[in-house]
Amino acid sequence: MPTKKEILDLYFMDARYKLIDIAAFLDRVDRHDGDADFRHPAFLKAMEAMQSPAEGKSRAQSVLESLSDHSDEPVEAATIQFAFGAPTDSQ
Amino acid sequence: MNYIEPHAHMVSRTTADYETIAQAGCVALCEPAFWAGYDRASVQGFYDYYRQLTEYEPARAKKFGIPHFTWLCINPKEAEDAVFAREVMSIIPDFLDKPNVLGIGEIGLNKNTKNELAIFEEHVEIALKYELPILIHTPHLEDKLKGTRLIVDALKNAGVDPATTIVDHVEEHTAGIVLDAGFWAGMTLYPESKCTPARAIDILETFGNERIWMNSACDWGISDPLAVIKCALEMRKRKHPQALIDKVILENPKEFLSQSPKFVIES
Repeated sequence: MPTKKEILDLYFMDARYKLIDIAAFLDRVDRHDGDADFRHPAFLKAMEAMQSPAEGKSRAQSVLESLSDHSDEPVEAATIQFAFGAPTDSQ
Repeated sequence: MNYIEPHAHMVSRTTADYETIAQAGCVALCEPAFWAGYDRASVQGFYDYYRQLTEYEPARAKKFGIPHFTWLCINPKEAEDAVFAREVMSIIPDFLDKPNVLGIGEIGLNKNTKNELAIFEEHVEIALKYELPILIHTPHLEDKLKGTRLIVDALKNAGVDPATTIVDHVEEHTAGIVLDAGFWAGMTLYPESKCTPARAIDILETFGNERIWMNSACDWGISDPLAVIKCALEMRKRKHPQALIDKVILENPKEFLSQSPKFVIES
């Protein structure tokens, strides 16, 4: 298995550019006019989940769960076929 | 490296893609029935699609020495109209004796609705009746966690043998749910909506390498028919031994798929 340093050698630059891209994305949303929808607070909440994952859960798992629908009953009917990437009750 | 592509939608790919994956070492390919990107308007449309999966695609793959296998169903995106879905399901048994049909799939849920769940359960009944393995699609993005839980509960209620069932498109938050229940798990290497190679390897390192495979699910979207072999190369970068890489990309899918007597390959 690789060491921590070897993992950094493999993935640091890739993660660095993705991190800057996320920062620029948030700046872009801030800079533009109009109101954001439920996806913006969901994204911010998922970033908090990444920084403070629930006990026993990885950061990736915590982010994915933060961006998930946590209801447990089947819904009556589908109104759309696609997914947004965040639950619509995130606001 | 020899590998099996256990989930690819070749009806949406070019013949050049068959050539490319053959050159990359693909020794067998499985194609579950899926959504065409639009809702088909008639049962006849599905009849033609099943013919494509059982006649045309195997012939196209054979030109490159790749055995082609398939799974049949009406996918969950078209299951909201339960009456129509049942009409389509009524023709599936006509194709089950075709030599490349392994089982029922990719069934599952999309928006986690009551009708989708009912049609999912009826597909499971077909699989149980004909003693076929099952390949399951879990929903996308925010719907995946709930959908995976509903699917696992439904499979348990139906008394399905977990060893004969693979739950596909797992990610970090659903892999444990599937594997802990005894099912097989599939990781899909697909841009934006599923796993990157690096994350798939993280899942292997976290959850182990038993009862798990990886696939490209390449289709009409932005997707990569070489995703599995690229992930294998990423495993090498991460210092995983070749024996482990071979287990995940060749031996594991072979073990699961060989539960169908029709899955016979030279390797």
